[in-house]
Amino acid sequence: MQRYEIRLAGTGGQGQILAGIILAEAAAIYEGLNAVQSQSYGPESRGGASKAEVVISDGEIDYPKVTVPDFLLVMSKDAWGKYGQGIGSKTKILIDSTLVSIEQDSVPEGTRLYKLPITGMAKDLGKEIVANIVALGAITAISGVVSRDAVEKAVLSRVPKGTEELNKKALSAGYDAAMSLVAVEE
Amino acid sequence: MKEPVVKLMQGNEACTEAALAAGCSFYAGYPITPSTEIAELMAERLPIYGGRFIQMEDEIASMAAVIGASLTGAKSLTATSGPGFSLKQENIGYASLTEVPVVVVNVQRVGPSTGMATSPAQGDVMQARWGTHGDHPIVVLAPSSVQETYEITIEAFNIAEELRVPVILLLDEVIGHMREKIVIPDKDSLKITNRKKTDARPEDFLPYKADEDGVPPMADFGTGYRTHVTGLFHDETGFPTGDPKKADALLRRLHEKLDKAKDRITLVEEIETEDADIVLFAYGSSARPALSALRQARELGIKVGLIKPITIWPFPEEVVDRVAKKAKTIIVPEMNLGQLIREVERASRGQADVIGLNRVDGELFKPEEILEKIKEVR
Repeated sequence: MQRYEIRLAGTGGQGQILAGIILAEAAAIYEGLNAVQSQSYGPESRGGASKAEVVISDGEIDYPKVTVPDFLLVMSKDAWGKYGQGIGSKTKILIDSTLVSIEQDSVPEGTRLYKLPITGMAKDLGKEIVANIVALGAITAISGVVSRDAVEKAVLSRVPKGTEELNKKALSAGYDAAMSLVAVEE
Repeated sequence: MKEPVVKLMQGNEACTEAALAAGCSFYAGYPITPSTEIAELMAERLPIYGGRFIQMEDEIASMAAVIGASLTGAKSLTATSGPGFSLKQENIGYASLTEVPVVVVNVQRVGPSTGMATSPAQGDVMQARWGTHGDHPIVVLAPSSVQETYEITIEAFNIAEELRVPVILLLDEVIGHMREKIVIPDKDSLKITNRKKTDARPEDFLPYKADEDGVPPMADFGTGYRTHVTGLFHDETGFPTGDPKKADALLRRLHEKLDKAKDRITLVEEIETEDADIVLFAYGSSARPALSALRQARELGIKVGLIKPITIWPFPEEVVDRVAKKAKTIIVPEMNLGQLIREVERASRGQADVIGLNRVDGELFKPEEILEKIKEVR
C-alpha cells in the first residue's frame, strides 16, 4: 500500500470529519497501516465549506497533509469550488449527486468521476445524518484502500449505541452502490 | 509484558495521556485554541485518577497554581497557546528561580497578539527561551509527531522532576490537532523519574542546599518541613540574600545543573547527515515536509540530510557544528521569519552556508517548496 491521500469535502455538519476519523482508524487499528487525519478548524467546521483529510500508507507517513488527492469526496457545491482545485490527473472524484452536479467535461482529463445520490440514499434509510457513512461505504468500494470489514469494525466502534444497525445498512448501501459503478466501469 | 495498544489520537490527546502516564496529578489552565483539548481531557481524566483539575481565572493564575501544586509534591501541567504563553512568562521565571518542576505546553498558533487562532506557527521559539526576564536556564522540547508527543511529554516530566526546572513542551497547531496512529507503550515499560526527596530531619532541612548534581532534594509542603520559597535571590535556607557571592553562586548553579545534564537532555535525531551536501535543520511540524523533501531529493540523487532537534533549548550546537564541517549548505525551514536559524548560524561558525526558508501565513510547508529550495542551492 503506497501512500494514498483522501480528501473529504462538504459542508460543516455533514460528518466529513467523523468519516475521516473512521477511515483512518480502519487503516491504523484494523489494517495495521499508518494513518494521519487532519481537518479544517474554525467557523467553517460549523457550516460553510469544510474538509477532512486522511493519508494512509504501509510505510512511514512523513508529510501529514494531502498534496494531490488520490480520492476526493465532494458533498457540496461550495466544497467543489474551494477544494476542487488541486486535483491530479489520477484523482478519483466521488460526488453526492443529491447536492452537487458536476459533469465529466468539467473535471481534468484522466480523473474519474463517480456519482451517487449519497444524501438521497441516506434519507431512504430513514436518517439523512448517516450520509457520511453511506459515503464511507462508497469510498471503501471505489478506493480499495482499506477492507470493508475493517471499515465496518471502525464504524461500529465510533457510532452511538443503538444506531449500529442503521449505520451498517448505510455502509452497505454506499458500498454496494459504488461496487456496481465500479463493475460497470470495468 | 502486555500487548501495546494501537490508537488513532490527536497530538493534544497524546500529550494528555502521556502526562497521566508520567504521574501528573494536577492541571490548572485557561483553555485556548489550539491547546483546548488538553484542558478538556484533563478535566475528564484527572478526577478518575484521583487528581485535580482547576480552570483558573486566567493564565497568570494557572501558572501560579501549577507551581503551588508542584511544591506540595504533585506533578503539574498547564497548557496554552501564544497569548496565554505571554501571560505565563512572569511565573515561568518564578518557577525557574525557585526550582519548581512544572511542565508548560504551548501549542503554537500564528501571532503576534490574537493572531490566527486555528493556524500553526513556530513564532514562539525565542519566547520559549527568553520570554521571562533575567538570565534564566530553561528546557524546551518540540516533538514532530503524535507518537513523539507522547514520548516527549513523559520526557518533559522526567527532566522537570530530575532537574527541578520548568520544561516547555512546544507543540504547534499541526501536531496538536492532527490525529495519527500511535502505539501506546505498556505502562510498566515506561521510565518515569520522580523528584529527589530529602532524607534530612525536618530540623536540619535546608530547602536550597544542592547535591553534587546541582539539584537540591525537595520536601513537600505540608509534611512538617519548613520550606521558604521566594522569587528573591536566596541562600540555602530559602530566605532572601543580597550577598553578591551567594547571588552569583545561585544563578551559576541553576545553569550548571542543566549543563551537567546537557548530553542526556539534548535530544536530536540525525537522518542521513553522514554523506549529505545539503542538510535540512527542521523541528516540530516543519520536520515532516522536510523529511519528505529529503526522500524526494535522495531519489533524484541529491545528497540531503536532516537534523531534527527534539530539544531546541539547550540548543544542540555540537551536532550542528559537526554536520556543518562536512555539509555545503544548511537550510532551515521555519514557520517564522527566522528564529532558530540564528542559533544554527552561530553553531555552524561559518563552516557552511545557512539559508532560511520561511512561512508565516498559517500554512505548513509543502514538501515541494523545500525540495525547490534544495534544487536552488545545489
